[in-house]
Amino acid sequence: MRRIISILMENEPGALSRVVGLFSQRGYNIETLTVAPTEDETLSRLTLTTFGDDEKIEQITKHLNKLIEVVKLVDLTDGAHIEREIMLVKVKATGSQRAEVKRSVDIFRGQIVDVTSTVYTVQLTGATDKLQAFIDAIGETQVLEVVRSGVSGISRGEKVLNL
Amino acid sequence: MEELSGGEMVVRALADEGVEFLFGYPGGAVLHIYDALFQQDKVDHILVRHEQAATHAADGYARATGKPGAVLVTSGPGATNAVTGIATASMDSIPMVVISGQVITDWIGDDAFQETDMVGICRPLVKHSWMVRDPRDIPEIFRKAFYVATTGRPGPVLIDIPKDMTAPHNRYPYEYPEHVHMRSYNPVTRGHTGQIRKAVNAMLQAKRPVIYAGGGAIQGEAHEVLTRLGRQLNFPVTNTLMGLGAFPGSDPQFLGMLGQHGTYEANMAMHHADFILCAGARLDDRVTNNADKFCPNATLVHIDVDPASISKNVPANIPIVGPVDQVLGEMLAMVEQSEQQPDQKDLDRWWEEVQGWRQYHALRYDHDADGPMKPQHVVETLYRVTEGKAYVTSDVGQHQMFAAQFYKFDHPRYWINSGGLGTMGFGFPAAMGVQFADPDAMVACVTGEGSIQMNIQEMSTCLQYGLPIKIININNQALGMVRQWQDMQYGGRHSQSYMDSLPDFIALAEAYGHVGMKVERAEDLEGAMKEAFAMTDRLVFMDIYVDPAEHVYPMHIAGGAINDMWLSKTERT
Repeated sequence: MRRIISILMENEPGALSRVVGLFSQRGYNIETLTVAPTEDETLSRLTLTTFGDDEKIEQITKHLNKLIEVVKLVDLTDGAHIEREIMLVKVKATGSQRAEVKRSVDIFRGQIVDVTSTVYTVQLTGATDKLQAFIDAIGETQVLEVVRSGVSGISRGEKVLNL
Repeated sequence: MEELSGGEMVVRALADEGVEFLFGYPGGAVLHIYDALFQQDKVDHILVRHEQAATHAADGYARATGKPGAVLVTSGPGATNAVTGIATASMDSIPMVVISGQVITDWIGDDAFQETDMVGICRPLVKHSWMVRDPRDIPEIFRKAFYVATTGRPGPVLIDIPKDMTAPHNRYPYEYPEHVHMRSYNPVTRGHTGQIRKAVNAMLQAKRPVIYAGGGAIQGEAHEVLTRLGRQLNFPVTNTLMGLGAFPGSDPQFLGMLGQHGTYEANMAMHHADFILCAGARLDDRVTNNADKFCPNATLVHIDVDPASISKNVPANIPIVGPVDQVLGEMLAMVEQSEQQPDQKDLDRWWEEVQGWRQYHALRYDHDADGPMKPQHVVETLYRVTEGKAYVTSDVGQHQMFAAQFYKFDHPRYWINSGGLGTMGFGFPAAMGVQFADPDAMVACVTGEGSIQMNIQEMSTCLQYGLPIKIININNQALGMVRQWQDMQYGGRHSQSYMDSLPDFIALAEAYGHVGMKVERAEDLEGAMKEAFAMTDRLVFMDIYVDPAEHVYPMHIAGGAINDMWLSKTERT
């Protein structure tokens, strides 16, 4: 089962390498990973997605919690949450395809952020499956380059992950 | 406020932590620190002959005293030589602070002379690591390092110090912090009372109980309360390889060690138990055999200070996260106050069954008066000659298992071995650390001709510091445990498990300024050993020739349950 684990950790050199190292050293996989400082610059927020059954995820979260720099941690998939990913994608856009691509972008509520005579660069935000659906809709042969940010997530409602 | 250089701060911080001995080896990147060491007399530096030995000696000191070991090595090869010792301490949860030199800050990443990314190399091996980026941080980093190493589940930590951080001409105010606060590190100090009560209820209803205690009971200073609880309940008690001494080895309630080479009665009792109290052990593969077949009918209570150890290999029915001594203490108080007590009739029936198992195998081995000496006989003789009062360190292999089986440890911290990592070369330098901790004690290093050669250079260190260690070299001219597996699983093809061209250990010991003794006949052993231990101010290397064909039994049958064992070369359960 896919899980989104969100970690609040000390914004210190080496902290990220410890989190990533833990995954490789214990034989777990990281699917996506995003990390950036929070409003409190001593803290970083790291979100990662991974796959595993309940037992495996419990082990992962226990080991993450043991890392000295990890302040707090939540498995967002335990409750209602919002997840978003941003994707920048370069799409071939020549002749009649230009209008076709533009229509698809509008349907997916994306934006064209850069234009040349043969290429559109599209920015799209959403959950992972929506981004995949856009690529499927455009057709893989039209896609020149894809860059995805990895998943960020936050709990719904009043639940917060902070000090 | 007093002003110190970074190098002086390092040494002063060690003194402020109460470090008596710093095991180390100098080199370019740590010269400023060595210069500061030279100009003080609070911290005693012990010069080893190889950095691996520095870590094992600090580790042995830590295991014998419960205090953290301290190590100082230079950058590059000095640091990488220490890695095996750090991994050894990590697997056995031993508190240790390792200080490694590093090239100057500006050169980091430039492949400078003797540069190694020590923080990176050690990442999976240490509880935490720091690189000093400002000399003013040294006091706080050291305070944190000792705090992290010694609290919660103990373990090694690393402080990597670029040479410019210790430069003598840059001086800063020094004040050692009394307290340290880390918002992201709060080890648990109490077990959950509700869970403890639940465990006690299950315990008092048990008909076939076993207490199974590991290294955590020793590291967590829980031996006393464990012994009291065990006796109060009259439950059978078994210890892991790491837990020997947590419950008195000569107590009739003690079943011996469990696991791969555990006693028949310990493994049988575990398998047939309806209740297991696991205290500070981690149900690792050397204990459980096939975890899916482990103790099918038991309610498992698992106490551990590290939540990640609970339900890692075997799911616990009643998990309790907390320090073993505190949790067992609370359990004991509840048991003493409880109106309900264990059913004595059930317990008597259970003990009858356990005694039957005990009499069936009883660690028997074949004696042949005309045949070669048996390694088991060597350990039995050692136990007799030292009256069970020696610290015993061991290396890794058959001799380690024989020592664990046949030397009865009545007290914690007297059995010192590399259980988790299984590091050959550990025993001798660890014995040095023990002897420093307790200079008048009898310290025996039970080893083999394979293991001892992995750190034999430390005989020089022993001469320098007058360490009267007794090396009990159980010499079977083979890597015995490898050979045993080859006998049992590889059709007797002894691929590279022989030990040919051995040195004359007696001449070697004498060359290093020590006493050597060769023993080839069983009838000479006891007298020779008495003679060796009578030389209380000399290191004695006893080279004892034993039967190369001997195997360690019982031995788990791979893939089976804990009670599936070979009991001799021809007999299995």
